[in-house]
Amino acid sequence: MSAEQILIWGGGIMYEFKYHKASSLDEAQSLKTNTADGIYLAGGQTLIPTFKQRLAAPSDVIDLAGIEELRGISTSGSVLSIGAMTLHAEVAASTEVRDSIPALAVLAGLIGDAQVRNRGTIGGSVANSDPAADYPAAVVTLNSSVITTQRTIVGTEFFQGLFETALTEGELITRLEFTVPDRCAYAKFPNPASRYAVVGVMIAEYSGKIQVGVTGAAGCAFRALALEDALNSDASSAAIDAVHIDVENFNSDMHASAEYRAQLVRVMAKRALAAL
Amino acid sequence: MSKAVSSAGVSNSGIGASVKRREDVRFITGQGSYVSDVEMQRQTYAVFIRSPHARARILEIDASAALAMPGVLAVLSGAEMAADGIADLPCGWAVVSKDDSPMKVAPHPTMAVDSVNYVGEPLGVVIAESLQIARDAAEQVLVDYEELDAVISLAGAISAEQIYPEIPNNLCYEWALGDEAETNAAFESADHISQLDLSNNRLIPNAMEPRAAVAEFDATNDSYTIYTTSQNPHLERLVLSAFVQLAPEHKLRIIAPDVGGGFGSKIFVYPEETAAAWASKKVSRPVKWTCDRAESFLSDAHGRDHLTRVELALDKQGLFLGLRVKTTANLGAYLSLFASAVPTYLYGTLLAGQYKTPAIYVEVQGVYTNTTPVDAYRGAGRPEATYVVERIVETAARELGIDPAELRRRNFIQPSDFPYETPVALVYDTGNYGASLDKALELARYDSFAERKAEAQSRGKLRGLGFSCYIEACGLAPSQLAMQLGAGVGLFESGEVRVNPTGNVTVFTGSHSHGQGHETTFAQVVSDRLGIDLDSVEIVHGDTGRVEYGLGTYGSRSIAVGGSALVLATDKIISKCKVIVAHLLDSEADLIDFEDGTFTLRDSNQSMDFAEVAAAAYFPATFPEDLEPGLTATAFYDPDNFTFPAGTHICELEIDPDTGVIEIIQFVAVDDFGKVINPMIVEGQVHGGLAQGIGQALLEEAVYDEYGQLQTGSFMDYCMPRADDVPNFVVDTTVTPCTHNPLGVKGCGEAGAIGSPPAVINAVTDAIGIKNISMPATSEKVWRACQQSKSSSGGAV
Amino acid sequence: MKISVTVNGVDEELEITPNALLADVIRDQLYLSGTHIGCDTSQCGACTVHLNGMAVKACTVLAAQVDGQAVTTIEGIGSPADLHPMQAAFKEHHALQCGFCTPGMIMRGIDLVNNSEVLDEAAIREGLEGNICRCTGYHNIVKAMFNAALEMAPGKTTEQEVV
Repeated sequence: MSAEQILIWGGGIMYEFKYHKASSLDEAQSLKTNTADGIYLAGGQTLIPTFKQRLAAPSDVIDLAGIEELRGISTSGSVLSIGAMTLHAEVAASTEVRDSIPALAVLAGLIGDAQVRNRGTIGGSVANSDPAADYPAAVVTLNSSVITTQRTIVGTEFFQGLFETALTEGELITRLEFTVPDRCAYAKFPNPASRYAVVGVMIAEYSGKIQVGVTGAAGCAFRALALEDALNSDASSAAIDAVHIDVENFNSDMHASAEYRAQLVRVMAKRALAAL
Repeated sequence: MSKAVSSAGVSNSGIGASVKRREDVRFITGQGSYVSDVEMQRQTYAVFIRSPHARARILEIDASAALAMPGVLAVLSGAEMAADGIADLPCGWAVVSKDDSPMKVAPHPTMAVDSVNYVGEPLGVVIAESLQIARDAAEQVLVDYEELDAVISLAGAISAEQIYPEIPNNLCYEWALGDEAETNAAFESADHISQLDLSNNRLIPNAMEPRAAVAEFDATNDSYTIYTTSQNPHLERLVLSAFVQLAPEHKLRIIAPDVGGGFGSKIFVYPEETAAAWASKKVSRPVKWTCDRAESFLSDAHGRDHLTRVELALDKQGLFLGLRVKTTANLGAYLSLFASAVPTYLYGTLLAGQYKTPAIYVEVQGVYTNTTPVDAYRGAGRPEATYVVERIVETAARELGIDPAELRRRNFIQPSDFPYETPVALVYDTGNYGASLDKALELARYDSFAERKAEAQSRGKLRGLGFSCYIEACGLAPSQLAMQLGAGVGLFESGEVRVNPTGNVTVFTGSHSHGQGHETTFAQVVSDRLGIDLDSVEIVHGDTGRVEYGLGTYGSRSIAVGGSALVLATDKIISKCKVIVAHLLDSEADLIDFEDGTFTLRDSNQSMDFAEVAAAAYFPATFPEDLEPGLTATAFYDPDNFTFPAGTHICELEIDPDTGVIEIIQFVAVDDFGKVINPMIVEGQVHGGLAQGIGQALLEEAVYDEYGQLQTGSFMDYCMPRADDVPNFVVDTTVTPCTHNPLGVKGCGEAGAIGSPPAVINAVTDAIGIKNISMPATSEKVWRACQQSKSSSGGAV
Repeated sequence: MKISVTVNGVDEELEITPNALLADVIRDQLYLSGTHIGCDTSQCGACTVHLNGMAVKACTVLAAQVDGQAVTTIEGIGSPADLHPMQAAFKEHHALQCGFCTPGMIMRGIDLVNNSEVLDEAAIREGLEGNICRCTGYHNIVKAMFNAALEMAPGKTTEQEVV
């Protein structure tokens, strides 16, 4: 191997960068355009550890915390809108969320740990597309829209792979819109060490039609169409048991094999179904 | 001097009282002083250059770019260190193989010189004006390696590539204990033989405070002051002086201030504090180094890592006839300070457990691999032994259809058998194993377990119950015995009681507290013995510049050895006080009685309290020539034997067969620690040990890939027990006082971690109805076992 | 760059580097060494402080991010002579051994009581998933937090005393 391979220590000692606190979306985007290798900072709960491991070396960090329009939760008709910089703790505690999509409040309350929920944001989580993050299950399930500085992206088309999304360079999520379902539930199997989802399953029902979103199991969150078909003909545990879960694209690592993840998809789906 | 006495007759602050900890206020207000809190004027910062390869030759180190960076003071290599006369890090325990050959010691330069042998091995250090500069510069040091095939798997290590030219088969030693012929004969006459293949998973200690060092060289007198995270500062000083050749002992001051947990990992002398000290001389500035967690994972000595085949021979009545054990123990790439002793003398000697097994034979192969060195971790050898014994006993009980509690009881060494000499070189002084078992059975409501199991079944849950009747050898150690067995140092302890003229007392102990609460318990001992207020006693530890000598804290030895030294020292104080009082009252010392802090002339109304005597000692207006002024005493206590804490742990748990998730419903621990100084602290020690044992059984494992990269190198991947992984513990004690130390104490620091893993695994296998499952029993493993058990219609696998 | 931050009620004007972590500034510039650093990956919680009254991990916040905000550290909640009920409960119930995780535990404990609707043993155990202790086995930490909650917010506790 090459001489360049090196192990890095000095925890917390990041590469040097410039820091900017943007006060508007325009300012944030213009900073992004006009810096050599600028990076947006939302809650930082994934990004800062990444900096600390020196896995990223941005020239400039553009903090979005000062942009007022990225915050806030509101409902309008059947749409729940959550600003990108809204904290997990705020979603978990929000009366608006609890009244409209209580399962989303539950999901937010299961992310990471309390301290992380007090800093982490929905926009940051969704934009990161961590395969084991919780919010993506909701984004793909809840007839959602990801509203960005440039356009509206359909929730089911947002996640494109491991840490890959439909976002283009410089594009920023401003808010997420979820269509309020008739019923909804989320069941999570956390990794005992990291507390990320080994598997998370969200089930929602819209006018009698069941939708199932899965996170943790594969490279990014996805809709489990086979489960949906089964549940739409027979909304029962037995129907879930009868479904063949295709593990071809499932993650398999030291924390869980693909086969075990498939089992967890089944069990979490049953739990979510029971909690509907 | 008054002493409040509770209605129960136990002093509110003396021996036996749950005194609230005196050290707590500084910790709960953020005023603790840990090594990384030490700031020295003009200090510089160290960042180590570590090997990214499990095994490689170092061809070239190019530090020119790093040295050119502003603020970089030095880039120092292992080669320079060796050239400067810094010798290898030693292993302090010489183990002899069964063919009488000495163990084969892999050369262990403090920092790597020609080759690296595990990922994370330091080979150089950058010293800079700031941590930022040091870290940036470390990235600029280019090392050219020639990668070599690494030996990672323990199972295949003996037949793999040879790591060191002088060490065939990567075998450090092949050690044996017990009578092989007698044991084989026992197996030949057996009615039943049970057999298990077990692995004892590799663990990473993960004290919450990462290791750190701040070192300063004083050129005016050629001396070093090293603040470091050590469980045994005098031992560190001895090793750095006598073996590593850093400086003569009187030119080294080691200070281990508040230390945030150790669990064994801070016993050892490591490259980093050694290099920081040496570098402080090279750059003529203080050097500070604080370990990252990522660095800790790779560089703190790991624990356990055994593969074992165990066989137990029984007769028709279920009496044990013989135990045969063959273990391969991973030592890592080098022998850490006590590495050789852990899988031998701290393991093989404990294989009798609580039982009258007449013949035992154990063989241990100590093997080198290209992984982080493995050494003592909470329990050190004794958890491995307990796991072997308690898993095979449980297995035998199931195979013979004998209640596991009953089988154990049938084979227990009985109270009337003590002192009991085991076939594996120990003499147990005392114990009452049936008493602990009885109490545990009652607390665990064993009689009604079947109902609870049935009820769980009705909810679709698998409920299991597992026992562990453990014994440990603590109070390390009788020096003569330990040194006969290969220990490089005696394992006594020292204590000094310095009575000040105004009657208060400063106590110096060679034990070290890194969470154990010595500032409270040791003060309880001294105040109780001298009959003075607890508040009049101050405990000083952790500084070779203040404390006379010491061997530190490990092996549950502090109260049994260090506490006993203080008893001897207080006895000397009391004796001298009697001489002083006799002189002042114009009498004879043997006519002076001492009780509750008051010296009384027998059959008289003349008395002096402790403070008056102390004052007299320092204001010797009328002392005769043969009576020295002053009132201070030092004692060295060398125990006659190990102590033998023992007890019964019972784990009851439920498994969700759909996910394999385990919930521990109840964990009962009944331990015999002999006499207890502070029950509150003892319970806390047990709680912590249990969580570590449960962590080993269910959550924790160091995993390497085939290239020797640690896959579980952070808390994201190495699963530390959290609050919701463990239950409230049911903890109780029985008491048979230790017969050979003045306090009757045995030590309590490791019992929780020693006793609990087999109890948990016995409960898991009971719940599923299988013979074996490897630790950690993760949810996936348990789910698979449930699947397999179901498909084989519930029979034993 | 400069930031203004209120730390333990004191307004501080600090010159920081943009890549400084809040934890480092607290420790190295303000010399408040009670905030500890136990990991690099935001798991252990030893560095927990309050930011505008909410528990956060100071190792995962840039100091630059807290400009204009209020930080409370372990040094700011009580003193040896006037302990916070959570601090007092930790001592009373032997909820600490080596003391390294303790400041973070106490800061999270206060936050847990203040920001929870209901507190029973299970809620406390779940609420501590962001804090690791290697010494105590958590038994006495849970007990201390429950008892502190009884004093701080008696209406929130729903169980008998944790034994």
